[in-house]
Amino acid sequence: MAKRILAVDDSKTMRDMVSFTLKKAGFDVAEAEDGKAALNVLTSGKFDLIITDLNMPNMDGISLIKNVRAGSQHRAVPILILTTESDGTKKADGKAAGATGWLVKPFNPEQLIATVNRVCP
Amino acid sequence: MQPDNKSAASFGQDLAVSENTKQFITFTLGPEEYGIDIMVVREIKGWTETTTIPNAPAHVRGVINLRGIIVPIFDLRARFGVGVTVPTSMHVVIIVAAGTRTVGLLVDTVSDIISVDPKDIRDVPDMGMPMEDQFLEGLVAIENRMVTLVSLAGLFGRSAELAKKNIAGDVAAKAA
Amino acid sequence: MSVTSDSEAYPIAQFRKTYFEECAELLDALQSNLELLAGGDEEDETLHAIFRSVHSIKGGAGAFGCTDLVAFSHIFESLLDALREHKVPATRDVKQLLLRASDALADIVNAARLEQPLPGNFAAEIRAAMQDSLQGSVDAPVAVAAQSTPESDVAGGEHTYRIVFRPHTEMLRKANEPLLLIRELCKLGVLTTEVDSAALPALEAIDPEAAYLSWTFTLETVASLNAIQDVFEFVEDDCDLKIEQLDIAPEPAETAGSDPAGAVPTATGPAPAQSIRVDVDKVDRLVNLVGELVISQAMLTEQGLSLPADQYPTLIQGIEALAQSARELQESVMAIRAQPVKSVFARMPRIVRELAATLGKEVRIVTSGEMTEIDKTVIEQLNDPLTHMIRNALDHGIEPPAERLADGKPRQGTILLSAAQRSGRIVIEVSDDGRGINREKVLAKAQARGLVPAGASPSDEDIDNLIFLPAFSTADVISNISGRGVGMDVVKRNVQALGGRISVRSKFGQGSSFSLSLPLTLAVVDGMVVSVGDETFIIPLVAIVENLRPQAADIHPIVGRGDVLALRGEYLPLVYLHRAFAIGGAIADPCRGIVIIVQSESAGRVGIVVDELLGQQQVVVKSLEANYEPVDGISGATILGNGRVALILDVGRLHEIDIRGTDSRLPLPETSRIEPAEDMTHAA
Repeated sequence: MAKRILAVDDSKTMRDMVSFTLKKAGFDVAEAEDGKAALNVLTSGKFDLIITDLNMPNMDGISLIKNVRAGSQHRAVPILILTTESDGTKKADGKAAGATGWLVKPFNPEQLIATVNRVCP
Repeated sequence: MQPDNKSAASFGQDLAVSENTKQFITFTLGPEEYGIDIMVVREIKGWTETTTIPNAPAHVRGVINLRGIIVPIFDLRARFGVGVTVPTSMHVVIIVAAGTRTVGLLVDTVSDIISVDPKDIRDVPDMGMPMEDQFLEGLVAIENRMVTLVSLAGLFGRSAELAKKNIAGDVAAKAA
Repeated sequence: MSVTSDSEAYPIAQFRKTYFEECAELLDALQSNLELLAGGDEEDETLHAIFRSVHSIKGGAGAFGCTDLVAFSHIFESLLDALREHKVPATRDVKQLLLRASDALADIVNAARLEQPLPGNFAAEIRAAMQDSLQGSVDAPVAVAAQSTPESDVAGGEHTYRIVFRPHTEMLRKANEPLLLIRELCKLGVLTTEVDSAALPALEAIDPEAAYLSWTFTLETVASLNAIQDVFEFVEDDCDLKIEQLDIAPEPAETAGSDPAGAVPTATGPAPAQSIRVDVDKVDRLVNLVGELVISQAMLTEQGLSLPADQYPTLIQGIEALAQSARELQESVMAIRAQPVKSVFARMPRIVRELAATLGKEVRIVTSGEMTEIDKTVIEQLNDPLTHMIRNALDHGIEPPAERLADGKPRQGTILLSAAQRSGRIVIEVSDDGRGINREKVLAKAQARGLVPAGASPSDEDIDNLIFLPAFSTADVISNISGRGVGMDVVKRNVQALGGRISVRSKFGQGSSFSLSLPLTLAVVDGMVVSVGDETFIIPLVAIVENLRPQAADIHPIVGRGDVLALRGEYLPLVYLHRAFAIGGAIADPCRGIVIIVQSESAGRVGIVVDELLGQQQVVVKSLEANYEPVDGISGATILGNGRVALILDVGRLHEIDIRGTDSRLPLPETSRIEPAEDMTHAA
């Protein structure tokens, strides 16, 4: 059964590209445009990985991670955060909030898939 | 010179289709027979009343409604300078794609589809006819008829310049 | 993601397109929020939103290799980050800088989209200013986005490493699996594993989520130390890690950081209105199809009229119901294509900012009615006339600050830009509180050019409208701001081409107000159907003032100028359509036909002589030019209920074809008859 990934980012471009790459690699991908929407999607079923941006309206990435880790269903699900190199403190915040790993933007499809495989085989 | 077949149905059987063969639809204006590249022909319909365009040249008969688009109809006889057509329901309009435009050509009848090897197309001799050379792609003999092949690029009067810009590319591409 | 061209079947063009569409929205939101900021809104959420817009633009820029865009948005983002963290105060200067930066960003995005290079020093001054503002903050940003450090490979050779790894519970809580790490290590070379389970308690005491195990790995690999460290990249904070190679100092493991800080506030904005994005092409196709439907329905209606009603009651009812539905469908579909004028209005503040700065004037622009909707075909064409009018207001209307103060006006000039729907049309007003029209100067100039006869005393309104005449400018030198051809005559032509009207009201010393009246859509026109001989024409209702059948006594021939109609003290030129269009079999005597009085900007009031009025109809406008060419006096075509084509008159230009009359108030310049069409039937 294919692994399910939830991609969370307020940029449609980013969602499109991540979705495309992961679907091509054989994953099922759902999308959400901010943390709040993501939490909604997560109630709809079981996910094997969450990939999230940090800067989003309505509920940002850090809050999303905290919510997920404090919840019951996806408490132990791997979470990857999308950061930019200059996002130093944000990355630390993300990790502290419970993120499993990160991907540094800009990244290419190969890097995305490699990182996904590292945390969610 | 290969004799050609009259009907399109039997076309494939007798004549080996070389990659260079061009097909033309032939039509008549009075006793003369002409051919036009089949690749530009979109549709053949009967004559219907046009809406006159004010102050247009004699060969612009007007416009018709062709399934929602406005298409101008050109009287080829007038365009060739050999008279004016008095159209009846027996007359035929050939709808062609001229570059990005769709236009209609009013002719007497449409007769045939012919296949022509470009090698067989002769240049038009200068016989002092009233037609301009730019109308004509050449002459070809089919059985014992002479068919004058017309090119779209030269056919348009007032819009010749505009039409040429659209079609020139097409014609240049099609020129054998 | 950064996309390389050899990614197989990667639809990069599609993603690029999406990205730049997104940029357009982001830039819009950015500008709106910056204006809120400039207006005094310093809420955290506003600052965050501003940051996010630039952050998102930067993110995508990296993915598509737009290096200029990355560089500029990086420094912009850094400044915005400092701003939202309150490390840099939001002073008035900073706010102005941000506005200028967002303008520059829009330009750079555009250049990136069009793949056009920008000059090396583009926006250098803005960049420097942003850098300066950042120096005042606690942490100065990295100047350029740093590349990730390349792997330093030890040249050749296999080495053996000893890795001691003890995960903390925290690591497991973050869903980092030791097993996955072990697999990663295995990929690097030959791995031997030794597990230490000393810390493992008795079964009943085990906390399934805690970490008890630790490992000692021996790895024989040609990979570099960096590569090994990378395997533990995600977990290094949450474990004890020691990697040693024979003669290289082991990397100290870093223990887990402190507890996370307090919760980040989750701001919830107002829920946006539900909407979906649709390709413009799809909408156009839909509009065309509905247009076809309406035509077919009209044909059915027409056929239905000729049926005896009592014999086919159901059919006739059905046709009526169909007509009703078709009308509603058409309105709904037209509404889909309607967009708020906001997209055009949004560009104006920037124009005002830049031009005011260049001219040394202080001007603000206030917009209202941005959500007024107008068909997209009209919106696209609004940009030019609006831009010209605003530039004009800035150039000629609003005075320099010193002059304004001397006149008792506030230093800062104001331009009001508004849009509203009024009786089926869109009315757009551009007003300024500047100098107003100097009527003496205008009249003098018009007289000097022979546009107004000496001795005529035109009303104030007439003089104001003189500025719409071609090549008319009150500036003695055409300033290089307004440039050539940006006179009000060009604006008027633009507006008329849209089927609109423009007029001006002005009070000298107080300001001017231009009013544009535009049709809601270009695609549909309410028309009066008229016949001339055997031909049928449509005259747009919007141009019609009245119709009448004149008395013979009211028709006066003017030598060399054709006929005029006397109507309530005015003399209106008459245009005989049958003559203008060479139509046979028409009614030549206006007293037996109908005269339709039409109003156009170019010809004023004119009476068009036709045979009969056949009725009113809303018609779908079809292009004559798509397959043919422009025809003088005709603005388009439509398909009537009987399936026949009818031509739509361009009333403003009819006079050029036939008129030989004059308006008695202000004589028009002589126009010559158009030469008969070139006769192409004879060989050159």
